[in-house]
Order: sequence, then structure tokens, then C-alpha cells
Amino acid sequence: MYTYNDFDKSFIATRNAQFRDQVERRIDGSLTEDEFKPLRLMNGLYLQLHAYMLRVAIPYGTLNGGQMRQLAFIADKWDKGYGHFTTRQNIQYNWPELRDVPDMLDALAKVGMHAIQTSGNTIRNVTADHFAGASADEIADPRPVAELIRQWSTDHPEFQFMPRKFKIAITGSPNDRAVTRAHDIGLRMVEKDGEAGFEVIVGGGLGRTPMIGKVITDFLPQEDLLPYLESVVSVWNQIGRRDNKYKARIKITVHEHGIEEIRRLVDERFAIVKGSFSGIDQVRLAEYKTHFAAPDFVVKSEAVFKDAYHSDPIFRSWADTNLSAHKADGYSIVSISIKKHGDTPGDATSDQMRLMADLAEAYGHNELRISHEQNVILPHVHKSDLPALHAALKEQGLATANIGLISDIIACPGMDYCALATARSIPIAQEIATRFDDLKLEHDIGNLKIKISGCINACGHHHVGHIGILGLDRAGVENYQVTLGGDHTETAKIGDRAGRGFEAHELVPAIERVVDTYLALRTDKDEEFIETYRRLGLAPFKAALYPEAQADAA
Amino acid sequence: MTILVTDTGFTADTWDQGYTPFGEAANDVVSIDVPADTNPADIKITPTLKMVRIDFPSFADGRGFTIARMLRLAGYTGRLRAYGHVISDQYAMARRTGFDEVEIHQDLAARQPQEQWKFRSDWKDNDYQDRMRG
Repeated sequence: MYTYNDFDKSFIATRNAQFRDQVERRIDGSLTEDEFKPLRLMNGLYLQLHAYMLRVAIPYGTLNGGQMRQLAFIADKWDKGYGHFTTRQNIQYNWPELRDVPDMLDALAKVGMHAIQTSGNTIRNVTADHFAGASADEIADPRPVAELIRQWSTDHPEFQFMPRKFKIAITGSPNDRAVTRAHDIGLRMVEKDGEAGFEVIVGGGLGRTPMIGKVITDFLPQEDLLPYLESVVSVWNQIGRRDNKYKARIKITVHEHGIEEIRRLVDERFAIVKGSFSGIDQVRLAEYKTHFAAPDFVVKSEAVFKDAYHSDPIFRSWADTNLSAHKADGYSIVSISIKKHGDTPGDATSDQMRLMADLAEAYGHNELRISHEQNVILPHVHKSDLPALHAALKEQGLATANIGLISDIIACPGMDYCALATARSIPIAQEIATRFDDLKLEHDIGNLKIKISGCINACGHHHVGHIGILGLDRAGVENYQVTLGGDHTETAKIGDRAGRGFEAHELVPAIERVVDTYLALRTDKDEEFIETYRRLGLAPFKAALYPEAQADAA
Repeated sequence: MTILVTDTGFTADTWDQGYTPFGEAANDVVSIDVPADTNPADIKITPTLKMVRIDFPSFADGRGFTIARMLRLAGYTGRLRAYGHVISDQYAMARRTGFDEVEIHQDLAARQPQEQWKFRSDWKDNDYQDRMRG
């Protein structure tokens, strides 16, 4: 893992002192509310429905036990004893007082963390595959590059007052777990003739105008990355629309100018910008790679695991659902579900955070990850430690066996917290999870991604959910639109809108009808929901969603 | 009256030759006023050009930072000034993207006195760009 050097420490300390000063200057009137707003946003501080919210970056989703324990400490000292993990590998505190925020930032700095550029019209926290460095299907670990991007983008003087926010995601695996096609820039590590480089995707995004990103170059040599990123962002900072915030994102710029024109402008700028990089970044990259060296994996007996797997059905169910293939023999990647049926997706209490920190130190080579699916990952656990790990997780309600299943729902905070929301998301997620848990059907249903957004801004990724749910306000009544067939992976696709929306009390039965239709129509248990949908299309599911239309037609 | 901000704080304006609007600049122009929506590639760097003043219509509009940076990369070595609604919190950004100085109005100078600008005169320190570019 990357550890802060003296430069990083000095930078954060200075930055925090500046923010402390900005808070005081807001109070004494030196800064107007309008002027203070982007300054607090670029330090992670939002004003929400009921209170301020501090969004803390977990760069590329990687943290260690000490950092997780500090997040728990902050939750207890300055918030209400919990935090919320987000789809962009951040943690949000929902109840801080403005006067406490500078102290919270100092507490983060103590463990090499910050909240810089988690908001505002800046380059946001760079996200990455949450299985990076562990997964069996990986070409290369994307995190050293992600750290390079973090440093390049942090406090970048040209890019602090852009038309809108700018999000970058990177994956080192052909199986895209970082949603790269729905980012302003998505990077896929590739190799060409033995040379390392990137496929660069630009102009993806969700929100009110969902777009799948387009390939701007299919092979960018590794050493050209920073000047190329800088060229893309610089072109957009110049020509991106500032007259309408809903048309400001680069996806609209690409749509309006065309990818060929954007490519031409970027190439032109790259020719100029490239010369301002000496190549020292590649020296640093080589150094950062050593920070992310794989831990010393041990070889030991797996007998304890095998015994538990055969004798304990609860452990077996959890192991079947929550473990993923690791690159090292005898190891597993453990996904800890932060989606216990009936709880708020992504919310973890300080006790849970401390337990996960302890377990990472005891069994996980002191590493944790936050996934964009709002779960916590222990990337390196030896199989022989899994029974003890599982037993410990059970004690804190963290052993739910539902990773990838219908109750492993992405949900935005919705109207329970967010000032933008038009409907509630969390209670809908809770109802769906509870209902399918009661039916004891979710393991039979298998892999099915439900994603819920409480407004058109689509923070809950509903466009790319196998089943997407969008909460709107219809004359003061919450109304939920359903989209089907969305895909967030390397085969990314925006889901199809099914038809009229549902009121809250109609929604869960409607989802049940969709699932029943899938169960009735799948060729066999191996055909996942999304595969059945691709084979049959919207029609049978639409018929199930709107039986009254069938009756009218008959 | 406007106020000029440099690393040493507030000073009276030292430029007395005025500005030619960008669209009216001839080949022998000495100083130009550049609006925020200018394509930096359209700015001709001639031997006579000594002063470029880039407008910031709002502090939230960061196009001027890109124009400044592109001008410097294109080889412009004359005076470069940010003009208008630039706040003290942006002083380091302005200097780092290639501006020499910032010209602000008196009401802003009264609200953000020179100590607040000098607080950011250490713009050469703690700069990740330095480490990335060498």
C-alpha cells in the first residue's frame, strides 16, 4: 500500500490549515457564501438536507486496518457512530458540525487520508477495481497508476474550477469491476506487442443523460498517460459548456462535438503538453509499484476450511457466495456484505469498522478495500482462516451471504439524507431485500444486480442495473420507474425503460413479477437473469410488469 | 481604481499603456485584453506583445487558468495578468498556471485584505505538479 512521504504529509497539513482558515474567513465575511461553497466542496464538505456531510476519499478503494479504525474513531467522536460507503469508494459522514470539520480533516491526515476533491467541479477521487492486486484475472495492478493520477490531479492548478465534476476510473482486469465505461475517463490497462499501456474511454456517465463512454485511443503508451489525461481535461475545461450545468459534463461535449473532433483537439493539445513532462512521473511510478508489492503469501493446509465447508451449511453458503478467486494458491478474496437484509446498504457502524480493521490485521495482510457496490473487501485471506473470520463477522452482523444476489443492492442515500433526492431509496432497498429473504429465493435466483437512485442524477447507478429503479416525484407522490437489462461491466449497456412508474407500495410486487418471469423462462439454473433478458428482450418482462395492459389488449 | 496583487502583497498598477481588445489586435500590438471564452491557440504571440490580461468574469469560471497555461506552453514570456473576480484562495492556482499577477477591484480588496493574499504567496511549496513534471 502507498504510504505518505514527507511531501504528502506537508501538503495535507498545509491544505488543512488553509481550510481551517477558510472556515474562519467565511464566518468573518471575507468569503461570501458563494465563494466559500466551491472551497468547502473541494475539501469534501457538502450541505445536505438536514446537515453538513463530509465525504472522505478512500483512493482507489484501498485502506489498511489503522485507517479503518480511524474512520471508526471519527464516526464516534464527531458523527453518530456510523459511516456510509459510497459507489465511488468514499465514506460519508452525515452529521458533522461545520466547526468540527477542520479537526476531522486533521484526524484523517494522521493516518494518511483526506477529503480533497471528493466534491466540487474538480477531478474526483480516482477509483479502481476493488479486487486489484488480488484477482486471478488481472493483467496488472492498477493502483500504482491510480496513485500517480491521485497525485497529479490533487490541487492541479488548472483544474479546480471546471465546468463540472470529472471522474476517472481504472481497471487492470479485462473483467471490468470499476464501471470504466460510465466515467468521464475510463482506463483499461492493456498490452500491445509486450508494451504496457491503456485503452482510454471518454465521455461515459450516468445522470439524467446516460452515455456509454467512447474509445478515444485504443492504445496509449504508459509514459504518455499524465500528459494525455491533462490534454483531455484541458480541452474540456476550455470548451465544455458553462451555460447549463446539465450539459456541462464531458459526455455532452463529446456528444455535441463528436468523438473525432475531440480526438483531434486532444491530440493537438497533447503535442504541446507532452513537453512539459520530463518523465520523472515514470520514475515515481516505478517507486509506487514497490509500495503495492504483493504480501508474502504463506503456504499452509486448507484442511480447516474443507472441514468447515462440509460440516457447516451456513459457512458453506457464505463461502459459495462471498468468496472470489485469488491469484495465490490457498487464498481467497472475501467480500464482506454491508447489505444485511433490512439494513441501510453501505452503512457500517464504528463497531463493525473496528472489527473489520482487526480482522484485516489478523487474517488479511492488513488490507481492506471498499467496492463501488458499497461492500468491504478483504483481498488476501488464506482459506484456513476463513472459518474463524466468518465466526467473527457473524458476531457483528457482517456475515450476510448475499454478494451479487438480489439483496446486494446499490442504493443512493435518497430523500432520507440528500437535498437533491425526489424519492426515498433506502427503504425501497430494505423492502426488496427483506421480501426476497422471506421468500428464501435469492440463492436460487442467483446473480442479479438491483440498483436504486432516488433522483435523476443516478448516484445509485440505476441505468446499469440488471433491474434499475429510479425514484421520482409525481405531484407529491413518490413514483418509481423500472429499467431492465442494464450492464455495468466491460459489456456495458444502459437499461431499457419498461414503462409507467410504480407507487412505492406497488413496487416490490412488480419486482417480484419480473423475477418470477425470469425463473419461469430461464433455460436452466446456470442462465443468469441478464442472460435470459438478453435472449428474450423486454417483452415478457414488460408483460409481467403491466398485466393490466395485457388484460386491456385481450 | 483597481489593485494589483503580487507575491509581496498589494501594489498600485504599474502598467500604463492600456489594452487593445483581443478582436482588434494588430501584429504590432503591445498589450491585449483576452476574454475567458478565447481559444488560446488564436492568441498570436508576436515580438511586440508585452502584456496579456485574461478576464475572469466569475471566480467559478476557470477557463482563464487553461488559457494562461497554454500561452506559457506556446512560449509567451511577457507579463501575464489575471483580471476580475479572482479570490485570494485562487492566487496559488493563478501563479502556478503562469500568471505573474492578479488585478482586482477595490471592493474585493477591502473584503480580502492583502494578508489573505500573502497567505498564499508560498505557491511554490507543496506543489504536486512539481513532483510529477520534474
